[in-house]
Amino acid sequence: MAAEGAPAAVLPFARWLPFEWIVAIRFLREGRVQTAFIIGGVAIGVAVIVFMSALITGLQSSLIERVLTGIPHIQLTPQRDIVRALRHNTPGTREGAVMQAPLQKLKGIDQWQSVMAQVGAMPEVAVASPGVSGSAVVVRGDVSRVIALTGMIPDLYFRVVALPDKIVKGSARLDGTDILIGTELAADLGIGVGDKLNVTGNGGAVTTLTVTGIFDLGNKFVNERSTFMALRTAQTLTALPGGVTSIDVTVQDVYAAEVIAQRIMNSANVEADSWITTNKQFFTAISAQTISMNAIRFFVGLSVAFGIASVLVVSVVQKSREIGILRAMGISRGQVLRIFLLQGGLLGLGGALAGSVLGYAGLTTWMRLTRAVDGSSLFTLELTLGLFGWTLLLATITGLVAAVVPALRAARLDPVVAINA
Amino acid sequence: MRKSYNVGQPNETEVLHGIDLVLQRGDFCAVMGPSGSGKSTLLNLIGLLDHPTSGTIAIGGVETTTLDDATLTRLRGRSIGFVFQHHHLLTAFTALENVMMPMLGDREFTDAAMTERAAALIDTVGLTPFRDRLVGQLSGGQEQRVAVARALAMKPALLLADEPTGNLDTTSADAVFDLLRKVNSDEGATILFVTHNPLLAARCDHTIDVVDGQIVTRGTQVSTAEAGTAGAQTH
Repeated sequence: MAAEGAPAAVLPFARWLPFEWIVAIRFLREGRVQTAFIIGGVAIGVAVIVFMSALITGLQSSLIERVLTGIPHIQLTPQRDIVRALRHNTPGTREGAVMQAPLQKLKGIDQWQSVMAQVGAMPEVAVASPGVSGSAVVVRGDVSRVIALTGMIPDLYFRVVALPDKIVKGSARLDGTDILIGTELAADLGIGVGDKLNVTGNGGAVTTLTVTGIFDLGNKFVNERSTFMALRTAQTLTALPGGVTSIDVTVQDVYAAEVIAQRIMNSANVEADSWITTNKQFFTAISAQTISMNAIRFFVGLSVAFGIASVLVVSVVQKSREIGILRAMGISRGQVLRIFLLQGGLLGLGGALAGSVLGYAGLTTWMRLTRAVDGSSLFTLELTLGLFGWTLLLATITGLVAAVVPALRAARLDPVVAINA
Repeated sequence: MRKSYNVGQPNETEVLHGIDLVLQRGDFCAVMGPSGSGKSTLLNLIGLLDHPTSGTIAIGGVETTTLDDATLTRLRGRSIGFVFQHHHLLTAFTALENVMMPMLGDREFTDAAMTERAAALIDTVGLTPFRDRLVGQLSGGQEQRVAVARALAMKPALLLADEPTGNLDTTSADAVFDLLRKVNSDEGATILFVTHNPLLAARCDHTIDVVDGQIVTRGTQVSTAEAGTAGAQTH
């Protein structure tokens, strides 16, 4: 029956849009409750993906940053001594030999300067820093401790390991008679900044060093054992004049460290260990976490796709007569197909926009609520435009793909059957 | 022309048995017959919504039975208008927008041309004050008049009306019929008008009785077309 009086409050017929867009948008608008529900469902799925991705990615980055705080991305060391059996190569004879693995003596990297130059020239490498590592004994009064000493060139080494950021007392200054020690060692020896230590190297040399700084690398064992000093001082203590036992390398992409390490080994006469190899279990855990996150993303995406598909299948049934009439008035199968594909894409896009806002709100609320005792944030978030951009794109594509089957059904409807449905 | 369903299967059923029909340009033809006699099937075939099992259909001299779906769809959109017993308007659109729909899908019209043509047709059917109302806000008779206007949007040579007054009261039915009559005389459209109402049938130029899938004419003989004459032919 006619509703006399007020005209319909409808949006202008956006005729600058193509025909399929006009019909798709109107169909969605006509079933606004249904449309709102499915957009809500998509939004929740997208919000979960955004929330989880930002949180886990941030957590992983934070963990990796903490792992890499005190270690280089790649460490080059001299090749290991190996033992080979003597062979006579006499045909018909077999030699039995008992081989004992040789002791690995402290030795320097052969021609380390040319290795430095070669590695430094690689475009993937950010910094290469030579160093000497060895063991020593520190004595103060009647207390002695075994330490691991690291000698380095501060200007280079501090670009590999940001040691100055970890100084809790004093400074990171390292002249020839200076030493940096950890908090635990300082407590064990009862010393502070400015105090002196007698250090006896494994080569027999003895020297007195002044504590210029005390650091905290976040690991009790490291803080008990590790010490840092100038390269020349360490060379003297380890009886390795002019030599280096390692070259620490920082690369542009931490995840490519293992590949770069292999390339260095193939081209230089050194052993190259990446942080991935030396922290296998940690990296395996990170990889497993990434795989789990991707699996969750996939299944959430799948449920979103099925949600959109099921709504559109129902919509095709509801709109059968209208599809039949459209076909009767000269609308092609292709146009009908595009109408329903567009509905799927618009539902995906609309849900993704709402979900991104929901996810962002959830994340900022989470950050506000989860704080450490000192008020600092427990989590580091990785919120980038790329995350939202990719989410929008993938959700729209998911909507389009989900709409394929319903759209094909709509396009293949027999107009006679549809009109009389 | 013949039409069967479930061809080649044990339950194959022939619905139309050897229909031979010629319509001249400008004819206003009533189609009557009992329920299940094949009237709607005949209209669907002439309207290119369905394919005959054997025989040919020519619209305006164009033989259609060998055309592909895309060409048939285009021909249908430009040459044939439909008015059904239920209006089948798109409820998401206003009266004016429903009349514009065939032109919008055809992509050959500018916005201004579409709006002008649709407004003129709405005016022809006497619904200018209601042009911006959604379909659900119109009465049954008004909806059917919008359906007639929509059927005329592309200036079709042939207009097929399948019991368009079946759901209307007498006054509305007369109004719709008078509108079709006016369209026939003013625009020269050929009209095939299916009805159960003998009073309305009597007001048409010719009457075709369809009984058990065959045409039985009554009263004025339906003429046989000469080669090249506009209209619809089925053999």
